Amino acid sequence: MARRLEEVLSAAREILPPSKYSELVEKLEASGLDESGKIEVVEEVVRRYMVVMAQPGEPVGTVAAQSIGEPGTQMTLRTFHYAGLMEFDVTLGLPRLIEIVDARREPSTPTMTIYLDEKIRGNREEVKRIAQRIEYTTMENVLAGIEYFLGDNEITIRLDPEMMEDKGVTTERVVEALKKARLGEIEVMDDYTITIRLSERVLPPEYIYDMKTYRDIEAKIRRLYLKGIKGIKRVIIQEQEDEETGERYYILRSEGSNLAEVLKVKGVDYTKTTTNNIYEIAQVLGIEAARNAIIREIIDVLSSSGLDVDIRHVMLVADQMTWTGRIRQIGRLGVVGEKPSVLARAAFEVTVRQLFDAAVKGEEELIYGVTESVITGMPPLVGTGTVLLRISPGTIPPAGSS
Amino acid sequence: MSVYDNESHVIKGIKFGVLPPHEIIRMAKVTVIRDAIYEADGSPVAGGLRDPHFGAIEPGERCPVCGNTRDTCPGHFGKIDLARPVIVPHYGDALHGILQATCRNCGRILIPTDRIRYLTAIKERLKKRWPKLADTFVEEVKREAAARMECPHCGARQFKIRFIKPFTFYEEHPEGERRLNPIDVRERVEKTIDEDLVLLGVDPKYSRPEWMIITSLPVPPLSVRPSITLETGYRAEDDLTHALAEIVRQNERLKNFLISNAPETMIEDAWLTLQHVVASYIDNELPNTYQLTHRRKRALKTLAQRLKGKEGRLRGNLSGKRVNYSARTVISPDPMISVNEVGVPVEIAKILTVPIMVTPYNIEEARRYVLNGPDKWPGATYVYKARNGKKIDLRYIRNHKQLAEGLEVGDIVERHLIDGDIVLFNRQPSLHRMSILGHIVRVMPYKTFRLNPLVCPPYNADFDGDEMNLHVPRLYEAMVEAKELLLVEKHILTPRYGGPIIGGRQDYISGAYLLTVKTSLFTEEEVGQILAAAGYKGPLPEPAILKPRKLWTGKQLVSLFLPEDLDFKGKSKINAGSLKCGSEDCFHDSYIIVSGGKLLMGVLDKNAIGAEQPENLLHIIALEYGVSKARLLLDTLFKGFIRALEMRGLTMALDDIEIPEEAKEEIMGMVDEYKEKVAQLIRDYEEGRLEVIPGRTPEESLELKIIGLLQELREKAGQVAVSHMDPFNDVFIMARTGARGGEVNITQMAAMLGQQTVRGKRIRRGFRKRTLPHFKENDLSPEARGFVRGNFRDGLRPTEVFFHAAGGREGLVDTAVKTSQSGYMQRRLINALQDLVVSYDGTVKDAWGNIIQFKYGEDGVDPTLSYHGDGVKIDRIIQRVAKKNGDRR
Repeated sequence: MARRLEEVLSAAREILPPSKYSELVEKLEASGLDESGKIEVVEEVVRRYMVVMAQPGEPVGTVAAQSIGEPGTQMTLRTFHYAGLMEFDVTLGLPRLIEIVDARREPSTPTMTIYLDEKIRGNREEVKRIAQRIEYTTMENVLAGIEYFLGDNEITIRLDPEMMEDKGVTTERVVEALKKARLGEIEVMDDYTITIRLSERVLPPEYIYDMKTYRDIEAKIRRLYLKGIKGIKRVIIQEQEDEETGERYYILRSEGSNLAEVLKVKGVDYTKTTTNNIYEIAQVLGIEAARNAIIREIIDVLSSSGLDVDIRHVMLVADQMTWTGRIRQIGRLGVVGEKPSVLARAAFEVTVRQLFDAAVKGEEELIYGVTESVITGMPPLVGTGTVLLRISPGTIPPAGSS
Repeated sequence: MSVYDNESHVIKGIKFGVLPPHEIIRMAKVTVIRDAIYEADGSPVAGGLRDPHFGAIEPGERCPVCGNTRDTCPGHFGKIDLARPVIVPHYGDALHGILQATCRNCGRILIPTDRIRYLTAIKERLKKRWPKLADTFVEEVKREAAARMECPHCGARQFKIRFIKPFTFYEEHPEGERRLNPIDVRERVEKTIDEDLVLLGVDPKYSRPEWMIITSLPVPPLSVRPSITLETGYRAEDDLTHALAEIVRQNERLKNFLISNAPETMIEDAWLTLQHVVASYIDNELPNTYQLTHRRKRALKTLAQRLKGKEGRLRGNLSGKRVNYSARTVISPDPMISVNEVGVPVEIAKILTVPIMVTPYNIEEARRYVLNGPDKWPGATYVYKARNGKKIDLRYIRNHKQLAEGLEVGDIVERHLIDGDIVLFNRQPSLHRMSILGHIVRVMPYKTFRLNPLVCPPYNADFDGDEMNLHVPRLYEAMVEAKELLLVEKHILTPRYGGPIIGGRQDYISGAYLLTVKTSLFTEEEVGQILAAAGYKGPLPEPAILKPRKLWTGKQLVSLFLPEDLDFKGKSKINAGSLKCGSEDCFHDSYIIVSGGKLLMGVLDKNAIGAEQPENLLHIIALEYGVSKARLLLDTLFKGFIRALEMRGLTMALDDIEIPEEAKEEIMGMVDEYKEKVAQLIRDYEEGRLEVIPGRTPEESLELKIIGLLQELREKAGQVAVSHMDPFNDVFIMARTGARGGEVNITQMAAMLGQQTVRGKRIRRGFRKRTLPHFKENDLSPEARGFVRGNFRDGLRPTEVFFHAAGGREGLVDTAVKTSQSGYMQRRLINALQDLVVSYDGTVKDAWGNIIQFKYGEDGVDPTLSYHGDGVKIDRIIQRVAKKNGDRR
């Protein structure tokens, strides 16, 4: 008997998806059933699995499109929503969904979720240090004021001690940045006051009464880079709890996104850190990662609107967008525009252009797709239309002739 | 390739190309030289745009070309011989590309010979594997060729060609620009050789570049541009005819100039005008050209406009077509018909028909239809005689009896729609496949379609004036597909999330709750009524209470309809708030236990029988006992729910939403308390002491905090109101069971409306620095910024009404915008995904054989048949086996 169960199980292993198989093994063990009971369960699971498989010809594409499109009417239109945090807005609902299927280069609200190494993620001080390293900081952020007088080539910079502390900027760093800007002679009055005697190169004597020149210099100082990663406008520390262990730890959420650079930062858990910019993911981690990102983003948008859509539909959309190895938009400039069929493209958008271009290229319409078939009055090759085997009418004896 | 391979009239494919001049001349049966359309006597001008050689279109007219009448004459093309050639504007880009990439002297592509061979080989290989990539490659080749300023073949010097849309070319010589007129352009492109063109992405066999410049303009037959006669007797010509007349006019003008040796500038001018007119005839919305108009007003609809857009030829007539054998009227509910049925008004049944072939078996039936004629249902409208192939219209036949008796085997009778026919029923917008379902006809009196209210969810229909469409399949293939694939019961489960989309709503849910709630006991008579409504035939179960009189519980009655070996456990909707139970042992009766087909514990409500509730009782039954069993339940038990509700009655009155005085006072106290909290925040803000949320301005922080506080207040007020409600208050029952409304609605009616928002913010606009003149300027207090403390029962103050309306309007605007946006998104999704199909090997492929997924959804499971996404529920199988073997864990 023991052999039998093994046989059935190994047969089941061939058929069932790996996750289902391991679930089965696990649950069998816990079931406390006897040998024959277990065999019965395995057989029933396999039978059931075969029954629920999608049948050949099933128009899964249309079903997926409908399953994602239909709940669109029930979604919120409001662009901004707080995603659990009040500090900045994140686009959700229909606008975000459209953004994803449009495959926009930049999301309207780029955000990163940055996870940290296990060793340090519980330590608020360490976490804050990393946050400070990542956040893009310029002079502007730590400035209390800039003073200068027309006709005088001395500029006084006053720093804000609180902001310096908060952003983790030292006076030395500020001086270094100023030096690099090569504005002139720098004199540190005290920790928070610095004066610069502008060189003639920066402030030529003939411009000494020109307000605009001063303003330009001030703007330049304000823009001076101090630390952080380009594109990361703001970083916020969030507390989270591990669902299993109950461990409390911190993660970072950022406004703005720069995956490639953030992953390089020491202390960042590069296995988990992610962004909502799908192109960045494709570029840094590859197309498979981008596919998973599309799936995750769509599921997130749908579930945040309280809508229930099977993940298989979302996967199909993501696969159709990425199977060529590039991210393609759902629309004229992507998936639809690249169809080999002239009629399908013409029936979608920019009809006239499509037809003239087809004429120049001498394109051929083979009528394989659904739209083309409908246009030419043929049964489309989906669903019952996939069955090409027919009985010719003559072979059936007429009724009542037997 | 297709199932119609053995038939002769089958479109195998369509080859696109540019119409060559010799072809235009060959097809032309008449040359148009006069812009007048009719002579003074009303007959068409010979050589005009209504020349009879364009084909017969008048009744009784014979075509001088083919000799057919208007029914059989296909129409014939004509031509206009242009005095000077013109460029077809849409080919401008293509011509520009060729001009730039080829030599101005010898016409060869500006690429050395051996490299041409090399590039062509690459291009051919790309075209086979990645057609899109081949296009990009061609662009690259064009760029390379255009960059070479000296011809590698003849050594001639090259110049840049500047192209101004839609049809003007300039050659940039060092001494200045020189315009290339269409004749120059044609002379140049004529010199190109076929091999070079292939490399430039042009198929020379079907589109030589010189064909893109025309001297003979084809004129379509009259059937393409029919004229209409108005009641006044005036004839109105089609827009195309008007546009063509303008071309003839300009062409004749140019001809005259040429003949009379007019000055070159006048000729050039007339030529350019002709070019513009021809361009507008092809596309009247081109940039930088004059629009052809109707008496200086409406722009003419010319060729491109006919094809374009939603109502254009492609989307309006080819992708979507108008149909016969359809009907549309208002829908109304009929809970007594099956969910599979639709009630069809007799009047409609007498117009929609189904063809039946007369056989020895149905000849008597067919005779009855013919005898009844077209006006008496069930009758027939036409008979097709097999003997002579004639079609007999029963409206004009006196003697129906004679015809009926003369009916023979093989004749075809167009009979009225009768009970049992299958039809397709549809409600727009058709957002998913459940928007068109197959229903079985029930012919009924009155003028509306009757629909079982249980099928409302898939259509998203209600009965406030909705109309629906009905279509009759007329072929056996179509009928069988409708019955086997589209019937309502086949769509109880939705592929969207793997759950039932058909199920109880509103009264069904209140009814189920009131039937199964512990306090409901029914006398023998009541049991009889409920079971009769549900169509139960069989013995009554043992009553739950025998003395003083026999009483049955609602749970006993429900159990009569459940499958005998059904096991189910789950939480009720009411399992929340004060009725919350975690475990199976539930005092509040809010944990459903069905064992061996007996409802042992728990009330049935939205979570058990509701529509769009995955993993509920209905879902389990549909999955494990088949959809027809689930449908049977909908047609029996659910009618019982309605009957039970009718016996008790469910209504709503003012006192259902009344709360006691002390509750009101409690709420008032809370309002004061929160108002003070808000006032404190405002004071903090004004004094600059407010704690600012990082990354927000102090104003934003204040607003966020105020909104948070007021939201909290509304929730608390709602809790107070709900806690004072009688549990058998009808409004409360509806909210708790999920039949209609929720806590928010009760709060709004009994306690307070709360903060009204516009775009997620408190209301701020209106007057200068204030919302309404009732308030002081810059007043940040709750009541000045859209907080409504009143409720619907006690009424709102005037300012509150205003704020509420402002908030309500946003909702209306939102829906309007949302429908258009999501509609477009769905159209794009459908277009992008419609060709994806599961193949026989389990992969997902598109129509051209590209594999999109190796296994559909990674596990191959059809979500329709899944338990909320899970293909096989191993736990349920283990349980069932364990129970069967009797060795329970």
